[in-house]
Amino acid sequence: MDFVNFLIQLLNSVQYGLLLFMLAAGLTLIFGIMGVVNLAHGSFYMLGAYLAWSLAAMTQSFTLAIILGTLLSVLFGLLLEWLLFRHFYKRDHLDQVLLTFGLIYVFEETRSILWGDDVHGVNIPNVLSASIPLTETLSYPVYRLFMSGVCLLLALGLYLLISKTRLGMKIRAGAFNHEMTEALGVNIKLIHALVFAMGVGLATIAGMVAAPVSSVYPNMGSQVLIMCFVVVVIGGIGSVKGALIAALLVGLVDTFGKVLLPQVAGMLVYVLMAIVLLYKPEGLFKN
Amino acid sequence: MTNPQTPSDLLLRANKITKNFGGLTAVNEVSVDLRKGEIHAVIGPNGAGKSTLANLLSGDLPPTSGHVALNGQDITGWTPERISRNGLGRSYQKTNIFRSFSVWDNVRLSAQSRTQPGPFNPLAWLTQANHMSDVNARAERAIELAGLQNRRQALAGAASHGEQRQLEIAMTLATEPQVLLLDEPLAGMGVAEAESMVQLLLRLKPYHAMMLVEHDIDAIFTLADQLTVMVNGQVIASGLPAAVRADASVQAAYLGEDH
Amino acid sequence: MSDSQAPLETLPRSLKILLGAGLLALAAFPFVGTDYYVQMVTRMMILAIFAMSLDLLQGVTGLVSLGHAAYFGVAGYVLAFLTPPGEPVSLWWTLPAAVGASALLALVIGFLVVRTHGIYFIMVTMAFAQMVFYVFFDNKALGGSDGIYINFKPEAILFDLENKKVFYFFTLALMVLVYGFLRRLLWSPFGRALAGIRVNEHRMRALGYGTFSHKLAAFSLAGALAGLAGFLWGAQSGYVNPELMGFHMSAHVIMMVILGGMGNFAGAIVGAFSFEYLLHVFKDLPAVGSFNLGKHWQLWMGLFIVALVILAPRGILGLFDSLLKGKAQHHD
Repeated sequence: MDFVNFLIQLLNSVQYGLLLFMLAAGLTLIFGIMGVVNLAHGSFYMLGAYLAWSLAAMTQSFTLAIILGTLLSVLFGLLLEWLLFRHFYKRDHLDQVLLTFGLIYVFEETRSILWGDDVHGVNIPNVLSASIPLTETLSYPVYRLFMSGVCLLLALGLYLLISKTRLGMKIRAGAFNHEMTEALGVNIKLIHALVFAMGVGLATIAGMVAAPVSSVYPNMGSQVLIMCFVVVVIGGIGSVKGALIAALLVGLVDTFGKVLLPQVAGMLVYVLMAIVLLYKPEGLFKN
Repeated sequence: MTNPQTPSDLLLRANKITKNFGGLTAVNEVSVDLRKGEIHAVIGPNGAGKSTLANLLSGDLPPTSGHVALNGQDITGWTPERISRNGLGRSYQKTNIFRSFSVWDNVRLSAQSRTQPGPFNPLAWLTQANHMSDVNARAERAIELAGLQNRRQALAGAASHGEQRQLEIAMTLATEPQVLLLDEPLAGMGVAEAESMVQLLLRLKPYHAMMLVEHDIDAIFTLADQLTVMVNGQVIASGLPAAVRADASVQAAYLGEDH
Repeated sequence: MSDSQAPLETLPRSLKILLGAGLLALAAFPFVGTDYYVQMVTRMMILAIFAMSLDLLQGVTGLVSLGHAAYFGVAGYVLAFLTPPGEPVSLWWTLPAAVGASALLALVIGFLVVRTHGIYFIMVTMAFAQMVFYVFFDNKALGGSDGIYINFKPEAILFDLENKKVFYFFTLALMVLVYGFLRRLLWSPFGRALAGIRVNEHRMRALGYGTFSHKLAAFSLAGALAGLAGFLWGAQSGYVNPELMGFHMSAHVIMMVILGGMGNFAGAIVGAFSFEYLLHVFKDLPAVGSFNLGKHWQLWMGLFIVALVILAPRGILGLFDSLLKGKAQHHD
């Protein structure tokens, strides 16, 4: 593989990894802080993609679609948390699995009723539709760089929020001990709601931003969910840093695997997970 | 109260055991000897590291440094199940029973650990657990020792606190260990219950090497042959109870406090 | 479900009587039902075996596996690979081969996943099952997304499995055998140890039990029994595809076990029958105006599952048990 091809695959790996991170970060935070396993997390990704498509068609503006979509999904996340999820934080994991599996069905069918089952495309906004030439024949799409940029920015924002702000401190405290944090006067219910909404928001933004590249189709949620789970397992539950490193690792293994070893490419990520599990059953960066 | 000490009486030796949690040293170079026929009490204020020490000896936590030898064999870093199978029994400060089983089933299951055929052995799948006579005999002995004969059918989770503490001990005894690590066996007991527990511990003494982590000073002085005082993860005094009690640093650090 | 109330391990007498009646009804059914319904009930019994295998893992040992379908599907595929296109293959060696393959796969994957706990276990079982799914989905040599046809039912010589009634009774016999075996296992030393692991794994280790090997044995045995069900499914339907190993299949079997009530194997049978029946009911819903209710059966299924989790956490047998005790169902 020559340098240019290597660079292209590297950029693709990072882009895919960062996208996975957006989903895994929300998932790992929700696991780590509220102890809730959410199989429907992939549905938020799908929701984002469908919102991007329908809102862009309605408003004729990709930017507006993203802003509106984010707002709507955060509201939806808050509603879902208040109505259902907060009553399941103390329940068995099995109950949570069941609940969220039921929700997958409900979300999928609602999407089918509202928006149908066809595959859709979303247009890349003109300003981002150029390609950067790398050689005479190869170039790299600006939009993919934009995707990585957005994810990086959000990752940075998340890092700053969690480690540098008072809110972040409260969130981290809540992960350790709910009762203690509450006794110290922190509104733990609000923290939980915010963390949940944040998780939903990140997943939806990932879907919106990815829509022009991955298209919008019915099963996109479940496909990305499993990768997300693998990332969280490798990175360690509750660890955002672990999620980032694991996501980039998965991005690299998957992307280069498809190019170098296409027959077994599908299995490589799981082999990676198996190796990590053998030495660190609780992930690389268990909290 | 001391017996003539022969090397074969030394059943457990912990040598300079240390446990660090990140920046916090919970147990700092603690050494403890447990001899058959002796009760070695470990006391100290809350947070002294006593339960952590018990966890280090039973394998629930691996030590950061130091060694533990059971019957002369180095067991440092062994899993709890392996240590248990080699003759160490542990009871817990926070009652650690099978709440949804009956008292009898709790003790029976404890006794079963010693003779059950391996999990991949079809015999283990097809024989009836309640028909294992040696297991039943062992469980019966443990129940009688702990005084729970009349509470066999009671649901463990619904039993009184004192009964649960008795059950905690019965389960440990059912595995017929040589070394007993008992973490606050008297915790939360009323006067009469505590007295029966003390009697039980005295009955067990000649046949076991026992370490008692306890808060109740008065019980300790009647029971202990050896006394170790821990403060902030370190041993500040160790030896015969009368001498330790008279030690000035112990008086200042611990015995002077209300408990 | 929450262990605040232990699963119904000892069946009350009235329930045993009901189960006995159910068995008689099942035995008599082929003589009164049409071929279509005989096949439907056969399928329910196959799923009952599948559900019982998961109950061993989930209800008894407390391990929530989101990837149990992998072992179900693999056995069906083994039969598909072993059956030549032009003639049947012998039941007597293909059945053990398929079950053995599932057991082996469960042993290997179990070795990797049983070391994890809680949420990790749920996620890695799902991940490995998805891996198995993609191995078959992505490879044309293994049938790919189209799957493989099994043109002939396995040959038993002593009886003819191509006869629907014979197949029905064969499945019924196996279901009863599996139930008997698992009930016996529940009260064996191994079964009691598994129950102990469910209730308090930490104490089991402190008592000297090798909980890793116990869980691995349970995982492998559950996989083997799932393989038995998968073999029967492939034989009956004559077709296998990767969906048999997929996430939806794994989730469905979890729901069957919960719907019926966990930890006693009778619930798994009840749950499998009820779930399949419900699925049929939802799928056959008529159209109201231009809105086809049946087409969107997943929505009703989803809402039903959500309602189940909120209202009846101990499943059908749990409700039955509460009714017997005369007290109103009470939730956390």
